[in-house]
Amino acid sequence: MLRVLAERWRQKMRTIDFPRNHPPLSDRFRGRPLLQPERCAGPGCGTCTAVCPSGAIGTDASGLFLDLGRCLFCGACSAACPKGVISWSDDFRMAARRREDLVLRGGPPPGLFPLEKERRQLFARSLRLRQVSAGGCMACEADLNVLTTVVFDLGRFGIDFVASPRHGDGVAVTGPVTRNMRDALLWTLEATPEPRVVVAVGACAISGGIYRGLPETADGATELLPVDLFIPGCPPHPLTILHGLLGMLGRLSTGEAG
Amino acid sequence: MVEWHVHDSLTVEAIPVLTAEDFRMAVANAVDQGARLVAFFAAPTVGGATRLYAILAWDGRSCLQALATDPGFGYPSLTPICPQAHWFEREIFEVHGITPHNHPWLKPIRFHDRQDGGERPAPCVTEYFTVHGSEVHEVAVGPVHAGIIEPGHFRFQCLGETVLHLEISLGYQHRGIEAQLPGGPDRRTIHFMETAAGDTTMGHTWAHCAALEAIAGVRPSPRAQAIRAIALELERLANHTGDLGALALDMGFLPTSSFCGRLRGDFLNMTALVCGNRFGRGLVRPGGVVWDIEPERAQELLRRVRTTVRDVRGAVRLFLESSMARNRLENTGALAVEHAVRLGLVGPAARACGVVRDDRWSYPQPDVPLPAGTPATGEGGDLLARAMVRAQEIETSAALVERLLQELPHGPLLLPMPKLPPQRMAVSLIEAWRGEVCHVVATDGEGRFAWYKVVDPSFHNWFGLTMVLRGTEISDFPLCNKSFNLSYCGHDL
Repeated sequence: MLRVLAERWRQKMRTIDFPRNHPPLSDRFRGRPLLQPERCAGPGCGTCTAVCPSGAIGTDASGLFLDLGRCLFCGACSAACPKGVISWSDDFRMAARRREDLVLRGGPPPGLFPLEKERRQLFARSLRLRQVSAGGCMACEADLNVLTTVVFDLGRFGIDFVASPRHGDGVAVTGPVTRNMRDALLWTLEATPEPRVVVAVGACAISGGIYRGLPETADGATELLPVDLFIPGCPPHPLTILHGLLGMLGRLSTGEAG
Repeated sequence: MVEWHVHDSLTVEAIPVLTAEDFRMAVANAVDQGARLVAFFAAPTVGGATRLYAILAWDGRSCLQALATDPGFGYPSLTPICPQAHWFEREIFEVHGITPHNHPWLKPIRFHDRQDGGERPAPCVTEYFTVHGSEVHEVAVGPVHAGIIEPGHFRFQCLGETVLHLEISLGYQHRGIEAQLPGGPDRRTIHFMETAAGDTTMGHTWAHCAALEAIAGVRPSPRAQAIRAIALELERLANHTGDLGALALDMGFLPTSSFCGRLRGDFLNMTALVCGNRFGRGLVRPGGVVWDIEPERAQELLRRVRTTVRDVRGAVRLFLESSMARNRLENTGALAVEHAVRLGLVGPAARACGVVRDDRWSYPQPDVPLPAGTPATGEGGDLLARAMVRAQEIETSAALVERLLQELPHGPLLLPMPKLPPQRMAVSLIEAWRGEVCHVVATDGEGRFAWYKVVDPSFHNWFGLTMVLRGTEISDFPLCNKSFNLSYCGHDL
C-alpha cells in the first residue's frame, strides 16, 4: 500500500486541463489542412488528386476541395503540389455535425454546433456510448480507449463507454463497416434506447477511408446510420475526438469550439 | 528445396514443384527438424493454375526455404502430421476452394465470398465443436464485446466453471486487403499496410518495404534503418506497456493499469514526435523513411524514453511484485512448450513458454544492431510468464532505442525506388511487438505485384489462445485474452 502511494506521488497528477489548455502537440502533427485555392494551377494540373490515396481531393464547379471525411492526413498532396496550395495547421479541432461541413475549400472552417435542445439537455451532463468496431484497424479504437486514461479522464465530463447498448445513449462507430459486421452494427444501434446519438470516428467510419469502394466494405457508417458527429482522422487525435464530443454536447465556450 | 537469405530475392521458378505427397513429407520433415512454416498459401502461376507454396524459416541458420506443389482441387492435408499448417490450410480452402483431404477441422476462418460460387456463409455461422452431457453448457460471446476492442465470436464449452474447449471464430474485420494488392504497388498500397493491423503499423510497413527493397535491390541508408528500428521499438514499448496495464486492470489492480494507460500514450506521443502521427502513419516508405530525427529531436526523445521507462518500471514492479497479482497470474492460462512449438506460435506468447524465437536476432535487418543480450524468455507459459517477458522486453527495447538515438548513423532518408524487376519474389520477416510479421511478394512480367501474402503474428497465435483456455475457468478468459492481445483485423485482413 505504501509503495503504491509512493509510486503515485512520484508519477504525479497527469490529467490535462482540457478544454481550457492542452499539452503541446508534435511539431509534425498534421491537423486541419489549410487550402489556398487561389494558388492552384487549375483542374488541369491534377498533381494532388493523382497522389491522394483516398480520393479526398478534387475539383468541381466551385474549384478545389479537400474532404476531411476521406483524408488520411498522409501529406502526399502537400509534398507533391508544386504551388504550395495545401499546408497543415496544428489545429486538431476538426469534428463536424454535418457531413458537408467536412469538405474544405479555403476560407474559414464551418463551426461545430451542438445537438438540438432535447438531446443536448438529456446528454450534456451524462453521455454513455457503446463502441462498435466494424472493420477498424485498432488505431481509432486505441485513441477512443486512451480518453478513459488519467490523461484525458473522460469520466469528468460525464462521458463514458459502456459494455451494453442497453446502457448506452448512443454508438461510436469505427471502421469502414465490413460486410461481416454490418448486421451486428445495425442490431447494436437498434438495441440502444432512443433518443440516441451516433458518432463516426475516423476516415473509415465516415467514408470508408482507404477502404472505400472495396467489395467487402460498406464505405463507412454515414450511409447506414443517422450520424450526429463526424470525427475525421486516420486515426483522429484523442483531442480531436474529445473536442468533437464536448462540442456536440454544447460544452465548449465560443473560443474553445473553434 | 531452394534456400536463400531473407534480404535477397529469387525467381518464383526457382522454387521446386514437388508432387503433393513429396511436398507434404518435405514440409513435415523440415518442421520436425526445427524449421517454422512462416507462410503457406496458394497463388496463381503464370499459366493461370493455382500452386501451393510453403515458406520455411530456419532460425538457427537465418535462412529461408521454399517449395511448391500443384494441388489441383485437393491434396493430402499437412495438418495431421504438421499442426503448424492448420490455420493456413483452412485459409487456402476458404480462399481458393482447394481441399486439404483429411484436415481435422476444415471450416472457414473469415466467412467471405466463396470462390466456387457457392452461397456466402453468414459470419461465424459454422459447425462448432460441442461437448454434450447433462451439465455441459455453452457460452457464446461476441461479435460485439464489452470493451473498446475489435469484434470476434467466442464459444465456450463449459462444465460448471471449467472450460472444456473454446472455439474462436473470426472474420468480422475482413476488409479484403490481399485481394486489392495484385497489380500494385499503387498509391493505396502503403496505406493498406499501415492499417492491416493498425496497432502494428511499423511492423507491417517495414515488412512491406523490406520485401520491395529486396526485390528492387535497394538498401536503405543506415540512418533510415535506424529510424525505422526506433519507431518499431517505440511501437513495442507502447503496446507492451498497454498490455501490462490491461492485465492489471482485468484483475482489479488499478494503480498499475492507471499508470500504464498514461505511459502507453506517452510512447505513442514519441512516435508522433518523429512523424506527426501516434501510430507511425506516414513514416516508412519503400526506400527509407520520410521524417528525420535531428539532434535536438533525438535529445528530446532520449529524455522522454528515459523518464517514461522509469515510470513504467515503477508501475510494473508494483504489479509483478505484489503477492496478490502473482497469485492470480501464476499457473493460470499455462501453455506447454510442446504445444507452442507444434502450433508454431510466435512473439511473447511463444517466448513465455521458453521458446527462443525472435526475428530481431534470427533475421536482423541490414544496418540494424542486435538488441543487447538474448531474446527474453519465460518458463511455464502462464500469465505470469507472458507478463514477465513483456516487462523484460520493455527494458531491451528501451536500451536499443537509447543506443540508436545516441549514435544515429548518417545517410539519406529516402532512396528513390526503381520500377520493380519482373518475375522476382521476396519474403520479409519483422519481429513486431506481437511477433513475426511475414510478407511474401512476387512480381509479374511487368514488375507489378502478381500476388501478395500477408501473415500477421495473430494468424499463428489465435489457436494458442484456444489451447490455453482448456481446463481453465471461464473467469480466467479476460486475463488469458489480454495476455495474448491478438489482432482481429491483422488476422482477418
